[in-house]
Formats: sequence, structure tokens, C-alpha cells
Amino acid sequence: MTFIYPTGSNTAHPLPLSPEYKSSIKRAPNKPLIPMRHTLSELTGPVYGHETVREGDNDLTTQHKGEPLGERIIVHGHVRDEDGRGVPNTLVEIWQANACGRYVHVRDQHPAPLDPNFTGAGRTVSDAAGYYRFVSIKPGAYPWGNHHNAWRPAHIHLSVFGHSFVSRLVTQMYFPGDPLFPFDPIFNSVPDEKARMRMVSSFDLENTKPEWALCYRFDIVLRGKNATPMENH
Amino acid sequence: MQDSVKPDGITPSQTVGPFFKYGLTPTGDYAWNDAFTNSTLTPDVSGDRVRIEGRVLDGDGATVPDAMLEIWQADAQGRYADPQDKRALPNASFRGFARCGTDKDGNYSFDTIRPGTVPDADGKPQAPHLVLAVFARGMLRHLYTRIYFGDEAGNTADPVLALVPADRRATLIAVRDAGKAVYKLDLRLQGDNETVFFDV
Repeated sequence: MTFIYPTGSNTAHPLPLSPEYKSSIKRAPNKPLIPMRHTLSELTGPVYGHETVREGDNDLTTQHKGEPLGERIIVHGHVRDEDGRGVPNTLVEIWQANACGRYVHVRDQHPAPLDPNFTGAGRTVSDAAGYYRFVSIKPGAYPWGNHHNAWRPAHIHLSVFGHSFVSRLVTQMYFPGDPLFPFDPIFNSVPDEKARMRMVSSFDLENTKPEWALCYRFDIVLRGKNATPMENH
Repeated sequence: MQDSVKPDGITPSQTVGPFFKYGLTPTGDYAWNDAFTNSTLTPDVSGDRVRIEGRVLDGDGATVPDAMLEIWQADAQGRYADPQDKRALPNASFRGFARCGTDKDGNYSFDTIRPGTVPDADGKPQAPHLVLAVFARGMLRHLYTRIYFGDEAGNTADPVLALVPADRRATLIAVRDAGKAVYKLDLRLQGDNETVFFDV
């Protein structure tokens, strides 16, 4: 299948400069991006399959001697293209804070405990239908120095490849109904409300495992649609 | 399995944040293994081996110690290790992808091979280049740019470099260290000599 990647789809993304998010002020280019037609260099992308992932890499609760503290969760969904088709065999990497809102990263100084049974990193490969699944614990909210009383809503970081180098996506999955949404400049850097809500997972009672774990569904939609003669390049 | 429903748009990007290292570039510092390294080299790879290195700098000229860079490139014959590149099979195990986190002083480096010539959308040759994606705290979406090679005669006819104002082209061209297979290029996210980024 041949895909095209209309640049119009990029309007869902935040603008580089989002002054409420202070770190963007010195790291956003001042000059406009230069448009160019996609060549083979943009239309192809790295292919990484199951050989990249070890058995159990998608279960963040079984990487250490004991079980991590916190609320066990299942996060699953489909990686899709813009036409809604599943994106098969694509690498999905995640990383997150522990249940207390603390990252194992050495530069995280939040005075909340580390959990010796939780690193917070995982990866998996979507199946032939684009489906992926992780088991983890629900990450905590945490403070950050952006402004007075700034707290990040609970989130899981995701990194996904897709069909080409221009479908590459790094994003964050949020949890439904988080009271911190209105106050978070990173979440609100996405200008369109409907687009913002595509970063929020939905509670999935049907796939919640009784006596074991709540389930959240999160579909990831990557750039790329079918190239047909009707499409406007 | 859910039925395929046409989505109302793509999932927006969010910053990689300051804490990605233990998940994406642990390089032995955390209890997690690396899916990728900063090298594309494989035992079977043919072509000239090169190192590309430099620093990432912000709008104040300060080094960026928490950036992540990814490269994607063709092999020495100009073929991409992707079934969508129908021309020919590349070196059997060469992938053409690598990932590098900047160090505490903002340095990055990639070990790779000098790619061959790749056609543009009209079939005209492009000068050898790498595609580069730049991620960091403060960057809500990653930026795309390219790295060309300073000692490559084909740069003057490259259709993408031609889109760039002449006085900014140098921000895309890595300069060879005399006598070594090392090319240097600093990436400036903002300000004087700001790196050219592409809207792709």
C-alpha cells in the first residue's frame, strides 16, 4: 500500500513556541519551517519487529523481584493510520513515573519515594491488526517548576514509529477526567479541543479484569492515508 | 478487535520531556536494555564508515543536555531498508536508523556509513544526506532537518538544499575534520545561525 502524508494533518500538533510552557521559549525555532515535497527519505522509515522486544517487555509490573506499589492497570488499543486502518508490526515504547509521581531518572528531584520494583519503561510491537497492550501501574501526578503550584496530570509517555519517518510520533497518554487538565500548559499546547481529547484514554470496563486490574483504551492515530487519485496532494 | 472507524484526526504530539533516558536511551545507566544505539553499523554493511558529531544549542547558545536525536538514512547504494523502497534489497541487516541522547555537555555522535544518492519526488538525484529528528524537553513536537556532507560535490545541485536561502545552507552541512572520517555539525534550535528545519 502506498501512503501519502498530507502536511495539513500536522495542524493537530502544538506550535513549537507555546510561551505558557516555559521550556519552549528558548528551544523553539524563530524562523518558519521550510516546506518541501516528500522524497523517498521522508516516505520510508525504520522497520523494527518482534526481534527488538523481549518476552514480558510489555508488562512493567514484572521487571523486578517484587510487584510495584500502586494501582495495576491495563493499557491497550490500536495504532491506526488516518484512514482508521491498523498499523501492524510497529514498535511502541512507553515510559512513565511510578505511582507516587516519581521517575527513576537521576534528575527527577521530586521528594516522593522511588519504588525498587518499578523502572517504568516498556515496549511492544503492534500485532497484524495494529493492536498493542501493556500492563503497568497508574502513574501519579507530580509537581514541576514551570509556574507556581504547577502539577502535571498523570500521563504515560509513548513513542511510536509507523509507516515512515514522517509518521514518527512521541506523545503522552492521559487519564479520563483528570482535574489538572485546565492548568497544564503541555496538555493545552494542543490548540484544538477535539485534538486534545485524542490524547485522553477512555476507561474500558469491558476489558477490566475482575479482581485484578482496571483497563484503559488508547488508540494512537499516526499520519498516513491511502494514496488514491482522489486525494489532494 | 474493534472495527476500523475513520479517526477524526491524528494523535497530537507532546514533548519527550526531561526524563526519557531510562526508557529510550538508557545506555547502561538504568535497569532497561537499549532497543537502539547511536550506530547504524552492522557486520555486513558496505560503504565508507563515518562519525557525525556536534552539539545541540538553545536560543541563548546554552548546550542542551536532554535532547534526543534520531537519524534515518539510505545505505551506500542509496537504498532504504524499508519494503516501500522497491528498487533493490539493501545490505541484509543494515537498518539505517540510530538514536542518540545528548550528554551533559550537549554533545551527540553517530557512527554510520556515508549514504548513497537517493532520488527526489521527480526522480532527480539528491546529494547524500541523513534525515534527522530532534526531540527535547521544551519541544512540543520534534523537528525535522537533514545532514549533508561538506565534501560532497553534489550538494550544489541538491533539490532540497536549493529550497533553503543560500546564507542558511551551512546549517545543514557537516564539515569534515581534516584527515579523519569525522564530520561536525552543531544544531542550533533558535537564534543566530538557527538550524534550518523542514515542514514535512
